[in-house]
Amino acid sequence: MGRELTKKERMELPRQSMPTQDPLDRIKNFDEVALGLTAEMAITEADRCLECKKPRCVDGCPVGIDIPAFIHEMQEGDFEKALAIIKKANTLPAICGRVCPQEDQCEQVCVVGNKYKPVAIGRLERFVADWEVAQGGEIAMPERQPETGFKVAIIGSGPAGLATAAELALRGHSVTVFEALHKPGGVLVYGIPEFRLPKKIVEDEVGNLEKLGVEMRYNWVIGKIASVQELFDEYGFDAVFIGTGAGLPYFMGIPGEDNIGVYSANEFLTRVNLMKGFDFPAFDTPVGMGRRVAVVGSGNVAMDCLRTAKRLGAEEVICLYRRTRAESPARLEELEHAEEEAIDFRWLSSPVEIYGDDDARVAGVRVQKMELGEPDASGRRRPVPIEGEQYDVKLDTIIMGIGQGPNPLVTRSTEGLELNRWGNIVVDEETMMTSIPGVFAGGDIVTGAATVILAMGAGKVAAEGIDNYLRETVRVPKAQIA
Amino acid sequence: MPTLLEIKEIAPAFKQYLVETPEIARKHQAGQFVIVLLHDHGERIPLTIADSDAEAGTITLVVQEVGKSTMEMGLMSEGDQIEVVGPLGTPTHIEKFGTCVCVGGGAGIAPLLPIARAMKEAGNEVVSILGGRTKELVILRDEMTEASTEMIYTTDDGSFGAKGFVTNALDTLIEERGKPDIVVAIGPAIMMKAVADMTRPLEISTVVSLNTIMIDGTGMCGGCRVSVGGDSKFVCVDGPEFDAHTVDFELMMKRQRTFLSEENAARLRFLENHECQATKGTEVS
Repeated sequence: MGRELTKKERMELPRQSMPTQDPLDRIKNFDEVALGLTAEMAITEADRCLECKKPRCVDGCPVGIDIPAFIHEMQEGDFEKALAIIKKANTLPAICGRVCPQEDQCEQVCVVGNKYKPVAIGRLERFVADWEVAQGGEIAMPERQPETGFKVAIIGSGPAGLATAAELALRGHSVTVFEALHKPGGVLVYGIPEFRLPKKIVEDEVGNLEKLGVEMRYNWVIGKIASVQELFDEYGFDAVFIGTGAGLPYFMGIPGEDNIGVYSANEFLTRVNLMKGFDFPAFDTPVGMGRRVAVVGSGNVAMDCLRTAKRLGAEEVICLYRRTRAESPARLEELEHAEEEAIDFRWLSSPVEIYGDDDARVAGVRVQKMELGEPDASGRRRPVPIEGEQYDVKLDTIIMGIGQGPNPLVTRSTEGLELNRWGNIVVDEETMMTSIPGVFAGGDIVTGAATVILAMGAGKVAAEGIDNYLRETVRVPKAQIA
Repeated sequence: MPTLLEIKEIAPAFKQYLVETPEIARKHQAGQFVIVLLHDHGERIPLTIADSDAEAGTITLVVQEVGKSTMEMGLMSEGDQIEVVGPLGTPTHIEKFGTCVCVGGGAGIAPLLPIARAMKEAGNEVVSILGGRTKELVILRDEMTEASTEMIYTTDDGSFGAKGFVTNALDTLIEERGKPDIVVAIGPAIMMKAVADMTRPLEISTVVSLNTIMIDGTGMCGGCRVSVGGDSKFVCVDGPEFDAHTVDFELMMKRQRTFLSEENAARLRFLENHECQATKGTEVS
């Protein structure tokens, strides 16, 4: 039974802080930084929830988890029921509990946060998901509806693809996920480091999908081995979902970017995470990082690069960002963790030229000092160069963490697919259907680089759209016609 | 997972693999490549496709054993399985140009084979100039002969064909018969650069196929980028073929040396651990 507490008593309970590995220890390993709440802490944290009649947190959640309901079960100590409530809306809570920017979503609108610190909803979600794993896994396996006979192809096994696959499988459709790499998870595996999201969690979640009957195909580059049209015509799919993400790395377009030692964040992180380059030579892929490393940008990807470089033993790890900490797009927790790990943040600093030596290896970078001017279209104050204020930094490695665009492999090879001027796929937001009937899309390939949870939310909407399309428009599965 | 059906040693440190992978075989076009991963501790290596048979569901890879992974691949057995992803890259632009000179050096002869064949099938006169250090390193001679209308060979030591480089032969050819309509050159970077330098002033349209460092092969990492006409291009998706006259070969050659020390260390470690097999692997059969 939960404790009887007054509203005031609940609000005055301190927000339970996340136990973490000590910064001095963790910069020497790739183990997870945030260790998770204990059961006792989790129940105390749950007790802070006021169970609002009109909960704003639910609207703040891109997948609409019934947050007060699951927290209520936690107050009662019934983690199993809490889990079942979460899983109704989100099949991948262990991932979301770790990588969601809760401070911009559910926790931002939490009423407790008006006067005190908001309820740590993300930590509670993570606790429940981890509790399930500790019990031996997959307790709240949702039930799969009877077979419909419809076949759906999902292109990409990142957050959007996995969420769509899970929803469609539960609705009884036959789902095949095509992944270009040799492992599933997309950005969850090649991008987000082990210390933030252990790969075991992604493997487990994919394993759960397979138990639901989802077929995974690796090393399938759609657009090359088969076109979207061929998935319909030759492989007999009734609908296709494109969740190919924002995989195209951006460079700055400044002189010297082709020097050796200039990496895209994608390349650096892929070498380390997907290919396990941190354990070279036990794994065959080298990373080739030097002693002095700079990362350009201050989003989550940049934080991942900075902290990875630190763990790989770089002596100097510098963050170059043209705005200030306040405009930094990273999750607050990542920023704080990076600061604890002694990353050298140089705010209002923008590289203008990279220098190489005679072998074209990076030797240094010229940095332009910036100041904040008038707000730009994004509402953030625009960084403008301060005339004459430039300085040089000696470097061996420079990593571009300034964003990614849509990967054009699928879009370029699909005739009739409407794109916007940035190359993102245009969809009907209600159904997520593209300009081609039966072809749906969601996640970063539609929105541009965003978050894991937004991609999952889009996947859920798309699954609903696909389900309706199959039942109302297609009506008879191809397999039954042939 | 794709199975290695047949492994043949075709020259010292050159092996030919017949790989069962029906979907790739069906879609492969001249100029495309695959990425191979040998095992879960392995690295992803781009390999050119020397041939494909859509009906049999196979592709042929010709691999020169130059580093740890290619040597390790050489120790695999028929029946072993590897991960293969492809076909990657933009296919060669094939049309009837008239006379097409195919210049191939070393391992570059392998990807040249499907291109020469397609060029001939499109009605071109295909003159192939193949070179190597010694006769036995001029690989796929029979196959290239079939795919060409005329063959010219060069070896560094003069043991076969004309003594000298492929560029000498190309020079002579142009002098004797005038400018061809197109040149396709694939081989070591230095060879492709030499061909480009020769044909540029003559304004002979020339295509090269670049082999750079890659991870995913789908445009995600940008490790393969090269400077072409002053723009940064990704070899894996924008290429691998480019207009030879606008490629910055100097920079590309430097970039190819990115992991030189790691590569050397890995090769030495591998040789120490597999001394007997590796030595055996380089014997001529």
